Amino acid sequence: MDISQIDPWILACSAVTVVVTIIMGFRSAKSSKSASDFFVAGRSVSVGWNASAISGEYLSAASFMGVAGMVMLSGYDALWYPVCYACGYLFLLLFIAGPLRRFGAYTVPDFAEGRYDSPVFRKIAVCFVLFIGFFYTMPQMKGAGTTLAYIFPGLPYWVGVALVGAVITLNVALGGMKGITVVQAVQYWIKMFAISLPVFVLLSVFGGYGKNLSLNQSPTDFSSPPAIEQSVDPGQMQRLALPEKAPKDEAWISPFGPLTTKATKAAGMSPEESRPYSLLYTFSLIVALVCGTAGLPHILVRFYTNPDGVAAKRTTMWVMILIGVFYVFPPIFGVLGRNFLPELYNATGAKGTDKVVLELPILIRQKYGVLGSILSGVTCAGAFAAFMSTFSGLLVSMTGALAHDVYGRMLRPHASAQERMRMFKWSAVLIGGIAVLLGSQVEMLDINFMVGQAFAIAAASYFPLLFMSVWWRGMTMAGAATGMLAGGLLALACVTLTSVSDILAKTSKAAALDAGEVWVPDALNAFWIGHPLARILAEQPALWAVPLAIGLMIVVSKLTRKTIPADVRMKMLVLHAPEALGLKQEYIQEHQGTAH
Amino acid sequence: MHHKTPTTPQENDFIHSEEFLHGLMKRQLKLSIACAAAFLVLLIGLPLLNYLAPEFMGQRVGGFTLSWLVLGVLFFPYVWIIARLFISRSIGLENAEVHHAAEGNKRQS
Repeated sequence: MDISQIDPWILACSAVTVVVTIIMGFRSAKSSKSASDFFVAGRSVSVGWNASAISGEYLSAASFMGVAGMVMLSGYDALWYPVCYACGYLFLLLFIAGPLRRFGAYTVPDFAEGRYDSPVFRKIAVCFVLFIGFFYTMPQMKGAGTTLAYIFPGLPYWVGVALVGAVITLNVALGGMKGITVVQAVQYWIKMFAISLPVFVLLSVFGGYGKNLSLNQSPTDFSSPPAIEQSVDPGQMQRLALPEKAPKDEAWISPFGPLTTKATKAAGMSPEESRPYSLLYTFSLIVALVCGTAGLPHILVRFYTNPDGVAAKRTTMWVMILIGVFYVFPPIFGVLGRNFLPELYNATGAKGTDKVVLELPILIRQKYGVLGSILSGVTCAGAFAAFMSTFSGLLVSMTGALAHDVYGRMLRPHASAQERMRMFKWSAVLIGGIAVLLGSQVEMLDINFMVGQAFAIAAASYFPLLFMSVWWRGMTMAGAATGMLAGGLLALACVTLTSVSDILAKTSKAAALDAGEVWVPDALNAFWIGHPLARILAEQPALWAVPLAIGLMIVVSKLTRKTIPADVRMKMLVLHAPEALGLKQEYIQEHQGTAH
Repeated sequence: MHHKTPTTPQENDFIHSEEFLHGLMKRQLKLSIACAAAFLVLLIGLPLLNYLAPEFMGQRVGGFTLSWLVLGVLFFPYVWIIARLFISRSIGLENAEVHHAAEGNKRQS
C-alpha cells in the first residue's frame, strides 16, 4: 500500500463518519436497558426520528453509488430503479403498514405465527428473514470493500469488509436498536448532504441537469428542431469524447436502451423487433422493485417502533419525501459522469462506473484546488454512511430474528430478560461474522445484481404473504406457506441461474479473446441466445412469480378451507379496526386465557 | 386523542359483528385501491407512452426529454400527493369508524 497516494481530505471525512457512528452507538448503549429497548426501541421513537432512520437504513450502497453508476452505464432505463425504490413505499403505506402495526408483533415471523396460530410457519418466515437479509448484506459488504480500496489504494478488498463489519457488529451488540435509530437518522442526513452538496457545486461548474442531458442527441431532436437550442448555447459546453464501449446517445437517453435489450441483442434481433421484449422487461422490473420494497424485512420491522398506527402512516409519508428528494440526485451524477468522466466506461467492477459518485468531485480540483478533494471526501463519507447504516439495520433485524424467534420462542421460551439480552449480543456477533465471511467472497459480483436478487425474493415471498394475509380472511397456513415458498424459491432459482450463466459467459469470452479464438457459448448461454423471452423472464421473474405466489395461495387455501383459523374474524378486526377501539388488548387477554 | 371507547368483551355486540368488520374492510380497501389506481396509471402508463408515442415522449423540455423529466423528477411529487391524500382520508376514516362503532353499540344495547 502506497501511503502517499492517500488523499488526507478524503481520509479525514470518512474517519469522522466512522468515529461519530461509534461514539453515538456507545453513548446510546448506556440509555438502552430493557429487552424491548433492544428489539423495537421501546416503541417510542418519534415520527421525525423514525422516518429519518428508515430512510437512512434504506439508502444503501446500491442507492448511493450503484444508481449513479447504472444511470451512467445504461441511461434512461436505470431511472426505474430509484423511482421504484422510492415508490414501493406507497404500496407499503396503502396496503400493509397500518394493519401490520395494529396487529402489533415484534417481527414478521411474529405476524406469520399470530395470524395463523402456527409455530411451524414462524420457522419458515424466520428462514426468509435470514435468507433475504444475507443476500442484502453482501452488496453492502462489497460497497465497503470497494470504497476502502478507493480511499487506501492497494488495500486488499477483504480487509475493508472485515473492518467495516467488525465496527458495525460491535455497535449493534452494544447499543441495540435504540442506539441504531439515532445513528440511522443522523446517517440519513449525512447521505443527503453528501449527495446534494457535490451536485450543486458540480452543476454550477459544468452547467445544469437539463443542459448536460441535452448534449445527448436522439433522432427525435433532428426530426423536430428542439426548443432547447433557444434556451441553451451549445457552444458553451463541451463534453469529452465517448469511448467505444459507451452506449450511443440515442440508446442511452431513450427508453428501452441497453439494460432492457441485452437478451434480444444477444439473440440478434433488430431494434424494432426487440421493443415488445423491452416493454415486458420494464414491467417485470417495476413489479419486482415496487413489491420488493414492501417486502423487505429490515424495513418492515421499523413500523413497530411507531407509537400508533397514525404515526406509522405519517412516518411512511415522511420516508417517501426524504428518499424521493434523495433519489433525484444520483442520476445527475450519472449524467455528468457520462459527459465528463467517460474513461470509466472502459473499466469494469470496482474501477468502473460504480465509483462515479466518489470520483466526479475530484474533477473540480483543477479549477478550485482543495475543494475538489473535500467534496470527494464528503461523498466518501456518504458512501460510508450508506453501507454502514443499511448493514446495521439488517444486522438488527436478523439478530432480532435469531435471538427473539429462534432462541426466545423455539429453543428457550422461558428465558429471562437478562438471558435474552445476552443472547441478542451473541447473535449479533455470530451474524456479523457470517456476513463478513460471505461479503469477502463476492468481490467479483455486481452490487446492483445482488440487490436485485434480494428484491426479487422479497417481492415473490413476503409481499404476497403480507398482502393476502391482511386482506383475505380465507387464507390458511398451508396456502400462505405454499405460495411464499414456491414464489420465493422459484424467483431465487431463476435469478441465480441467469447470473451464473452471465459469469460463465464473461469468463469464457475473456479466455477466448486471450487465445484469439471465436467465443462459443456454453449450453446454457446458447439456450438463452435461442430463447430471449425465457431469458428475460428468468432475469426479471417478478412479473410471473408474484401472481404465481398469490394464485397458489388462493388455490391451496380454498382446498384447505377447513383449517382457516377459528378466530379469524377477531384477527381481522385487530388488523383493521381503529386502535382507539381497544380490540388489541382484548385479543391479547383472550389469547393468554386460551393458550396457557 | 387517545381516549379508549369502553368495550365489553362479549362476542355479540356491534363491533364484533360480521356487519361491522365487512363494512370496515370494504371502506379501507376501497380507499387503498383508489389511491393505488392513481399510482398505477402513471406506473403502467409511462412505459406504454414510451412504447406507443416515442416521438412525443422524446421531445425536449428545458434540455430533458419529456420522458426523463417525468421519471427522473416529476414522479416523486406525484406520489407524495397520492400519499398525502391517502393519509388524511384514512385518518378521517378511522375517526368515523370509532364514531360508527359507538353508535352501533348504543343501538344494540
